[in-house]
Formats: sequence, C-alpha cells, structure tokens
Amino acid sequence: MTASIATSQTILVVGGGISGMSAALEAAECGKQVILVEKSPTLGGRTALLYRYFPKMCHPTCGLEINLKRLKGNRRLRVLTQAEVTSVSGRSGDYKVTLKLSPRYVNENCTACGECAKAVSGQIPNPYDYGLSETKLAYLPHAMAYPQRYVLDSSIIGTADAEKAREACKYGAIDLGMKEETVEIKVGSVIWATGWKPYDAAKIQPYGYDRFANVITSVEFERLADSHGPTGGKLLRPSDGQAAKNIAFIQCAGSRDENHLRHCSRICCMASLKQTQYVREAYGEDCKSSVYYIDIRAIDRFEDFYQKVQQDPTVRFVKSKVASITQNDAGSLILHGVDTEGYHRYAAEHDLVVLAIGMEPESNGIKLPDDMVIDSSGFIEGSKDGGQFAAGAAASPTDVNRSVQSATAAALRAIQVVHRTAATETANG
Amino acid sequence: MSDHNSQAVARYRNNFLKEVEERVEEGEWVKMCMQCGVCAGSCPFGAHWQHSPQKLFMMIRAGKREEVLTSDSMWMCTSCYNCVVRCPRQLPITHIMHGLASYAHRLGIAPKGQPTREFAKIFWDNLAKKGRVNELKLTLSLYFKDGLVSGIKTAMGMQSIGLGMVKAKRLNPMEIFGGHGLKDLKGFHAILAKAREIEDKRKGLT
Repeated sequence: MTASIATSQTILVVGGGISGMSAALEAAECGKQVILVEKSPTLGGRTALLYRYFPKMCHPTCGLEINLKRLKGNRRLRVLTQAEVTSVSGRSGDYKVTLKLSPRYVNENCTACGECAKAVSGQIPNPYDYGLSETKLAYLPHAMAYPQRYVLDSSIIGTADAEKAREACKYGAIDLGMKEETVEIKVGSVIWATGWKPYDAAKIQPYGYDRFANVITSVEFERLADSHGPTGGKLLRPSDGQAAKNIAFIQCAGSRDENHLRHCSRICCMASLKQTQYVREAYGEDCKSSVYYIDIRAIDRFEDFYQKVQQDPTVRFVKSKVASITQNDAGSLILHGVDTEGYHRYAAEHDLVVLAIGMEPESNGIKLPDDMVIDSSGFIEGSKDGGQFAAGAAASPTDVNRSVQSATAAALRAIQVVHRTAATETANG
Repeated sequence: MSDHNSQAVARYRNNFLKEVEERVEEGEWVKMCMQCGVCAGSCPFGAHWQHSPQKLFMMIRAGKREEVLTSDSMWMCTSCYNCVVRCPRQLPITHIMHGLASYAHRLGIAPKGQPTREFAKIFWDNLAKKGRVNELKLTLSLYFKDGLVSGIKTAMGMQSIGLGMVKAKRLNPMEIFGGHGLKDLKGFHAILAKAREIEDKRKGLT
C-alpha cells in the first residue's frame, strides 16, 4: 500500500456550513491539523439563515453557538473565509491545492462596533435575506457571523463611501489596499462540504415566481419568520405588506421532476410541515395553511411530527401537484389543479404561495477536480483515488441532523487517509 | 363483442395493465405515473373530459378494462402537448391517449358516434383510397355524416367559403369524379397492407 502513504497530515475542508464546521471540528478534535475554507465572509452557511429546526422547533443559533465555541477552543483548526479552491492536483495523501483569497478590506482590529455601516450610504441586496432586504456596503453578515467582523462589499472600492467607512473606524480596522491573493497548500485529504442552493424557482414557469410578487420560496419564508429578517418576524405579503393568513405550500417545487431536479430533496416535506406551525404561531386559529403534495415523505421519527400537524385544524392537506398559478387584481394567487383523492378540479385562492424549493448541489456550475465522481443530479460521491470525500448536502440532499452524521463519517474517512504515514504502515506490518 | 376483443379478454384475464403495456402504443409508460395530477390540471379541455389522463392511468392499473376502452375521453385530446411538457416523469401522455383510442377502435369497442373517431375514420378511408386526400369528398363526407338533412344544412351554411376556395383555386370541384391519386396505387395498397400485418403481429392481433 505504498502508493497511498500520506505525506501530508493536514485535512482540508471546503465549505463552512454546518457540515463543513462539523467535519473540521471532528477531525481537529481527533488531533489532526485542519484547514477550513469558506467562500463567503462568514461560517454558518444556509443553516444560519433558518428560523427554526424541525422537528423540535428549536433555534439554529443554539447549535451554531456550540460549534463556534468548540472552534474557538481548538488550535489545530485554521479558518479561512472568502477563500475559494481553484485547483486540486496530486493524489490521495499528497494533494496540492490552490486557494484564491478575496479581500475583506477589514482586518482583525474590527470590534464589530458598526460605525462604518452607519457612515456609508450605498446599499446592496442582502444575500443573507435572499435579497428580500437591502444591506449597507459595509455590513456584518448576521448576528451569528464568524469571524465577528464587518466586511466591505468589493463594489465600495473607489467610491466616496470607502473613505467614509475608513474615517469612521476608530480602530484602524479598514484597509482599502487589501488585494486578492493566491496561496498554495499541501494537504493529505479533502472533504467537500460545499452544501446546496435553492433551485432557481423562476425555471418552474407555470408557478410564476418571476412574475408574481406573492410567490416566494421556502428559504425566503424562513427569513420572513425570523425576527432578524426583513419583516422583523412578521408574515407579510411582499406585494402590499398585508398579513398573509391564507398560505399555500407547494411541495416538490423543482424536485422529483425530470424537467428540473430529478431527485427527491428530502427536507422539503418536513420544512413545509414546520412552516405551517410558524403560521399558527403568528396568527393562532385565525389562519389557514394548505399543503399541496404528491406524497408526504416524513421519514422515520418525523412521522410523529406529521401526525401532530395533521391534527392541527388550521392545516389542510391537498393531494395534488399544482398545475399552474394565476394572479387576481388583489395580488392574490389562484392555484389550479386536480386532486388525486376523487379527481376534483379546483381553483383555490391564497394570500401567499410558498414553493417548497428543491435542493440543488452548490457545486453545480463550479468546476470540480477531474477525478471527482458525481451522481446524475450533481451530488458528489468522492474522488476515484479515495482521498477526497463529500459531506452533508454536497453528498446528497440532507437535513441538518443527517448532514452532521454525514460530516462525522467523512471526517473519519479523511483521518484514515492522513493517518496512513510511513511510520504507521511499518508499525502495522 | 368483436373477435379481437374476446381474444384479448381471454388472453390477459384480469391484467389490463399488461395488455396496455404490450398492445397500446407507449403503453409501457403507464406504470411510471405517480398520480401527481399535473396532466389533468394542465389540460385546456380538462373540465370537459370524464376521465383525465391521470385517472385513466389509475383505472388501467385498477383493471377497469371496459370503462377505459369505452371511454370517450382519450378521443377528446387535441394534441396540445401541455401535459407532456409538464409531466415530472416525462410520460408521452398525448401519445398514450392516441394509443388507447386507436387500440379501442381496433378492438371495435370505441364509443360509437364519437365525432373525433368518426372524422378519423372518414379521413383515413379517404386517404387510403388513393394515397392523396380528396378534400372535396372529405368535406362532403363530414357534412353528411349525420344524415342528408343536416348535411344539406351545413353545406348551405358553408357555401360562400366553398365558392371562395374554388375561386382561389384551393378547391377543385372536378375532384368529385374520382380525383387525383398516386401513380402506383397497387404498390401503395401493398405497403399499407404490410404495415398493418406487421403492426397486428407485434400487438398479437392476428
């Protein structure tokens, strides 16, 4: 087995969401050197943008806080944000990885006081609210951001706002001269925890996501429910700011569809069941949630949660994939279709439509190393040479719970690769 | 009951799905339907059918042979393909509808007097005779399919359009005496007979 002897004992984890953080922590806590790279300015990924978890309805901030505490206490783990992998070469146990580091324009002197954000006037659509709100050109991604440092959007450079931000900072934390850097590192194993992205809802033409303001996606609905979100936690219609009390949830929006995503995204049924409870929490009995579904896939212990939601008089289930949506003069949506329990034709009016949007691998559209094996939907299975692995939603559509399990498994496999040094091989005969 | 029909009943007994898979064009797709209902909801004529495609597929799987084959629903399909482009499993629904209609017709149990079926029959007989459509005869056979009185009434109503077409040389009144056709009529009829023979053999209808 000389071919796979590891010359580097460092593990690289690509992606700083819940899977990447978990894999990196598990490996580092086993005594391995770990580098965790994240493309955006903060760790936390899409998990940090959720309002509650199913089925316990607890807040994601809780789990993130525990992980960040573990991370701060571990000196074997090195975190690089705004870092992207541009190439991987070599073989299992001996990889050369090129990283592109984008400038943050804010150094470690930052105390997150927020004076720079107050000083600048330019705004951009807030990526941490899926564009439902605007954020300043100098911003803190979100309350749980790690590192807890502001970031300047690159479009600020060369504008008057850039100087205003620099002058407003009392700590000399803003460095407008930062440049993009390219670094090369040597690692023994790579864990791809690149996660997922919501499928482009505008491609589901009959649902009119790009035409009707009150058709939104499930990830956007999470932001509406969140008190840190664009509406301060109120469930309001984007078109007119009215309370949305009659909400339709459309399942398999993009998933299980050969014209869009051919796989079942697995989380969406539970996500919609959970979101019906946000509506109830907001309005009590004075609301109506309608779930349009092909079949509810609430796996193993989630069945209990499904049964609980079925008992809720404010929730109605319609066994039908909605065929098309039209909009009336009031901005409300009319859902057209035929149900499967009796074949009744319906034209049902709702204030707001939430598309339970499918999970697409974030890695679709980026170039992976040639050696990588992906499935028919683009999810990563690992490298042919056995030295690179996928974790969480990069590997298959998974919820947070299963992502963490998958990340732990990936960490163990990576440890096995870097553990096989010349010394251990001799000792084992 | 026609001979073909009673033979099919004897052969497939209670397994209508298998019969459809083997004998109906694109019938092997029926088992792939996941009953989401998008075809039914997307059909522009949906409200006027007794059985939507989704329902027909379920009826096939439930073995409702008589009800499916005598239904006039698949004859209502206008081939707009809305269901085909939206079906999440990419079933060729339009083709299955035509396949079911054609099979029911072949067995001789398709609904009598169904207008689409009547027109299809008239069109095919007209075309198969000389290898070219005789538009004058086709139009007249269509007008008179429900009897002399209603035929004269329709023909009178359409008089100005007909004369206009004659003037514009889009309709030749001389076509009434036989009309134009293929040079090698014998060869053409042999091709049709052979095609029918191959199809019947494939579908076990010999």
